[in-house]
Amino acid sequence: MSDSFVIKNLNASIGDREILKDFSLTIPKGEVHAIMGPNGTGKSTLAKVLAGHPDYAVQSGEALLDGQELLGLEPDVIARAGLFLAFQYPSEIPGVTIANFIRAAIVARQAKGAPFDAKAYYAELYAKMDALKMDRTFTARFVNEGFSGGEKKRCEILQLMMLKPKYAVLDETDSGLDIDALRIVSEGVNRMRGPETGFLVITHYQRLLEYIVPDRVHIMWDGRIVHSGGKELALELEAKGYDWVKTELASA
Amino acid sequence: MDTLTSPALTGILDSALQSADTAEFRAQDWFAILRQQGWHTFQSLPMPKRDDEKWRFSDTRTLSLSGYALAPAPSDAEAAKLFARSQFISRPAGLMVHVDGHCIHKPALAPELTAQGVIFEPLTDALRHHPALLKQYLLKHKAGLGGDKFLALHQAWLRAGYLLHIPKGVTVTQPFVSIHWTLAEGAAVFPHALVIADELAQATIHDFHLSARPATRALAISACDIHAGSGAKVHRLAVQGWSSATQSFQIDNTCGGRDSLISSVHAAVGSRRARLENIVRIDGPGADVRLCGISVATGEQEFDQRTLQIHSAGKAKSDLLFKNALLDKSRTIFSGLIKVAPDAQQTDAYQTNRNLLLSTEAEADSLPGLEILANDVKCSHGATTGQVNPDELFYLRARGIPLAVAQELLAQGFLEEVLARVENEEAAATVREMLRVKFHQI
Repeated sequence: MSDSFVIKNLNASIGDREILKDFSLTIPKGEVHAIMGPNGTGKSTLAKVLAGHPDYAVQSGEALLDGQELLGLEPDVIARAGLFLAFQYPSEIPGVTIANFIRAAIVARQAKGAPFDAKAYYAELYAKMDALKMDRTFTARFVNEGFSGGEKKRCEILQLMMLKPKYAVLDETDSGLDIDALRIVSEGVNRMRGPETGFLVITHYQRLLEYIVPDRVHIMWDGRIVHSGGKELALELEAKGYDWVKTELASA
Repeated sequence: MDTLTSPALTGILDSALQSADTAEFRAQDWFAILRQQGWHTFQSLPMPKRDDEKWRFSDTRTLSLSGYALAPAPSDAEAAKLFARSQFISRPAGLMVHVDGHCIHKPALAPELTAQGVIFEPLTDALRHHPALLKQYLLKHKAGLGGDKFLALHQAWLRAGYLLHIPKGVTVTQPFVSIHWTLAEGAAVFPHALVIADELAQATIHDFHLSARPATRALAISACDIHAGSGAKVHRLAVQGWSSATQSFQIDNTCGGRDSLISSVHAAVGSRRARLENIVRIDGPGADVRLCGISVATGEQEFDQRTLQIHSAGKAKSDLLFKNALLDKSRTIFSGLIKVAPDAQQTDAYQTNRNLLLSTEAEADSLPGLEILANDVKCSHGATTGQVNPDELFYLRARGIPLAVAQELLAQGFLEEVLARVENEEAAATVREMLRVKFHQI
């Protein structure tokens, strides 16, 4: 299992609320898995727990990224181990430019004292911004400050493309996107697909999965996966609605 | 002049001072008298005490003026080295460099500036060339915010510094740069800046206060007086980067005439303790004054900031923003007052102090105040002190940025709001680099 992201019997809570309940999921490297589920079922909690958010407590379980245990590690250590979280609501960072922000993230991944190739960095940054149809002046703008919903999500995908993680969790990346932005963001993700990267796409709606076509679809309910299937499961869920999950699947 | 050097009066400055009283100073009687008055005032005033309202929250117990002396001129080799380190701005209107109070480099102004009557000279030269101007403007105000004893000492030992005079209607876009270095152990320096911008004149000033070595002991008592005439525009950046064993005082007085536009940015990283007193007098209607300050305080540093915005004329605006980032066991004090005279109607005056605590042991005190005697005004003051936003911190760390680096980025971002107002990109970059170095000294 050293070539997959394995989450096993994960139990996690915030305050005294248990949210993840024996959650298990395996994402082989190179595959795109989608998690769908109604609001409040623990999808975003899963993303934050995996990323090491300090507000959540893990009671038990494992999260092995190519064999490396992530649970209990600091968020920056988890990120450098190769897990990327695209935020549903990316923070605004006043006074810190996008260029400096991504630069700091890349420098953090270099050997201590290694020289930073600024020229190569900007060449790559501009190329990826062009691909995401982001104006180059964005490099000098403060991270997410005054960005539209679509700009914020494009900025997330830009970071994903620059940092090249082993696995990426996209938390409701489609929320707040119009159809053009959705297409651009999806193209960015699809460009990243390949044998070296695994994806976990968290979404409430089937719409995103028309653009980022998943290998597997999982339905989450009350803190765990209750049903898994191929990409057609997303369509079935869209047709039958979440009540179907509640009555047919959750009781199983 | 005997009283100036009598060791019996105080232990503060030793007999080395005698050599400072050069013949050219003695030649100006009024100047000798001014210094003597300074000395008498200094002697007559007590050292600040803990219960002085104007020194509230400052650590007055460790205030001490003993063990400092005027330093001899640097060797040619040292002077050359420091001159080489003084090249922050590639094309200044003029560059003046002092080391331990000795001018080692006089500005060479472009002929067109000289032809327009622009004066940028060391005080020692200006005393000979422009005594009338100095007589009219030099040290016309009391400190007023608690530092009178220190300003009096500055007056007594006034020697280093400059006169900048921009005549009516003259615009100079490139900055005038003055750099003061301390070099010798135990040096006492008294840098002075006198800026006179006549009607519709325009100038940018960068004052750098630095030390040759990071931990040399020094005493620095600096003063800057700005006189901005009607419609004049004056932009000043003052960088306090003295050594970590310096006690420093910066006492500023700015007078804004009708429709003048004045902006100042004080950036502080150096000194063991640094006190800034900044008074702005809005004497003419329509003036627009923006005052900013930033600091990064580390170790056991104390940054003590006292400001006063005096609106004597109406329809004028003043806007103050001081931001401090605190680490370790450092302390900052911000005490600001806005005074609006009864006749100063339609005044807009604002004052904001924001402190970012990056350590649980750091302490920021804030004392904002308003004293408004006019009834048709817009005035506000606000102060916030807090830690970094945990969501922002998590966001940075989720990109692999280690905690310390993430905090530094957030702190730099916090200060950037002020740095963005420094128009000269080289100057802004110089300050950014000083902040970065400061963070990496931790």
